[in-house]
Amino acid sequence: MASAAERASRAEDVRRYWALCAPALFLLLVGASGPLLIVVVYSFLEPGDYSGVSWRFTFDAWINVFFQKDIFDETWGVADAHLTIFWRSVRLSLLTTAITFAFGFPMAWFIATRPQKERALWLFLVTIPFWTNLLIRTFAIMEVIRNQGLLNTALMGLGLIETPIQILYTDAAVLIGMAYVYLPLMVLPLYAAIDRFDFRLAEAAYDLYASRWRVMRRVVLPIVRPGVVAGCILVFVPSLGAYVTPRVLGGGKNMMIGNFIELQFGQGRNWPLGAALSMLLLMIVMIALLAYVRVSTRKDAHGHGA
Amino acid sequence: MARENPAPAVEARAARKVYGEGEGAVVALAGVDLAIAEGEFFTLLGPSGCGKTTLLRLIAGFETPTEGAILLGGAEVTALPPNRRKVNTVFQSYALFPHLTVAQNIAFGLEMLDKPRAEVSATVAEMLALVRMEPMAGRSPAQLSGGQQQRVALARALAPRPRVLLLDEPLSALDLKLRKEMQSELKRLQRETGITFVFVTHDQEEALTMSDRIAVMSGGAIRQVGAPREVYNRPADRFVADFIGETNFLEGRVEDGRLHLPGGEAIRLPEGAAAAEGAAATLTIRPEQVRLAPEGEDGLAATVADSVYFGADLHLHLRLAGGAALVARLQSPPSGEAGLAPGAVVSVRFAPGAAQLLEG
Repeated sequence: MASAAERASRAEDVRRYWALCAPALFLLLVGASGPLLIVVVYSFLEPGDYSGVSWRFTFDAWINVFFQKDIFDETWGVADAHLTIFWRSVRLSLLTTAITFAFGFPMAWFIATRPQKERALWLFLVTIPFWTNLLIRTFAIMEVIRNQGLLNTALMGLGLIETPIQILYTDAAVLIGMAYVYLPLMVLPLYAAIDRFDFRLAEAAYDLYASRWRVMRRVVLPIVRPGVVAGCILVFVPSLGAYVTPRVLGGGKNMMIGNFIELQFGQGRNWPLGAALSMLLLMIVMIALLAYVRVSTRKDAHGHGA
Repeated sequence: MARENPAPAVEARAARKVYGEGEGAVVALAGVDLAIAEGEFFTLLGPSGCGKTTLLRLIAGFETPTEGAILLGGAEVTALPPNRRKVNTVFQSYALFPHLTVAQNIAFGLEMLDKPRAEVSATVAEMLALVRMEPMAGRSPAQLSGGQQQRVALARALAPRPRVLLLDEPLSALDLKLRKEMQSELKRLQRETGITFVFVTHDQEEALTMSDRIAVMSGGAIRQVGAPREVYNRPADRFVADFIGETNFLEGRVEDGRLHLPGGEAIRLPEGAAAAEGAAATLTIRPEQVRLAPEGEDGLAATVADSVYFGADLHLHLRLAGGAALVARLQSPPSGEAGLAPGAVVSVRFAPGAAQLLEG
């Protein structure tokens, strides 16, 4: 049996425990879950007359995410515009992931194969862009790719092109911007994985008649896979919700989900639709994360096949 | 040694390897000439940093010689990458692929050679049987003991039937008992497969028990190449004599057919020893070839300084009258005592033909 003193001290421990947790719990409940709950509730309400919501329960917002009523003959059809924006967002995010991987893997490999002393410097250089405000970096990119910008001026100066190439306000501009912004998120987990890789394994594969490509494909990539998956998720998820980059570099026409959601809360004056779109975005992200958990915890028991 | 092919399985011609440039350059291999015959169990023996692993990596193709050439079966391969040499390596760390099973590890080389599926699985089964690992086929390397990993690494390297198998200190990570077991296992595998083995080790006993021939290396150069008995009994120089086994050195000066020690003793030179009159020379004699006789008999007078009991052997540390030190190894008598306590005076002789004169 615990003595009275012991019970008292244990109770004191419990009180202290909760007191220390309280700030974090408060933030999580009120700061994160609370707003999320509001978004969920709003997505089932009707839009208010000027903005906000009016408290009548309806599925209209969710239906409107996928379908729309023709204003002339009142028939329902698939909401092409929404799906186009969704598809563009997913496509651009996948492309951003692919581009950052294509650039990030050699970069991470390069850093991981430097002498130990040099690596910290290289990693610092990779993360430097993070020290600057996103908006400023995006405008800097704009300055490079706009018609009278650095790139076009240089190309015209060299006589390679006659008229400037229109990059700004295209999907290409958005891709360039996002790939630039999210590259460190790809490089860091890849570096961590490659750094742990035992290069003697690559030597062993090379010794066993594997070409350089097959060493990469059959030995290196399967072993560093957790890093590849982590990097892809870290790039894909924020790309999908990107707001600033497509807004500044994509102009008004090349909206992504983030911009479209903002539109519903602003000019669109349709908060429930915006809320429903936000929830959908969240769900896509959750699916991506679940896929990550499954891949990263799966047992390494896959078959042959080159 | 089967010599169907007159060209050596492995040949190094003036192979030189320098790491770095200018002031900080390190000569890992200082121009080595070597020929290893087909089907031979050949050992590169030397202390760490002697260049043995560098030579192995040159043969495997992981490194390119700074100068010189590497030939396999008479064909020059100096510029070929490892994946285009019919040579496989058993690594010191085993380097098994952690994401593949035992069977998949063994199949790896065959798959990279694009062998048909049926042939791959037949060879994998054969290799699993060869190294007695059939029950472990589906395991991952992390689930295996050190000795088992060693067997898988061997099977993986042997599966593509290389012309030469390179073994880079493969037994150094195993404990003594397992090491002895794997030594005979390796000999068996070499006999059964007939493949040329090039074995790198710093363990002279391992080299003596396993090899057909040994190359003793030091300082990036080969000091002596020969059969184990030859290298042990007829060391080419003081380094070889010292590195292989234990030995005694008696330094002196040659005068009228005798080696005169600084302490005054004169020892008759071994037969056939050619030494210039007045030259400095060293006589080497293995401890087990030192014979003791009762005091007063023909021989060198010596005092027992210490007696160390090793179970099977008894090591007697002797001091000659002139001050030179000498170790004699005797078989332990049944009582464990040879009546040679420290302080006893004995007469020392050398077994006929056992002593050898080295220059310097």
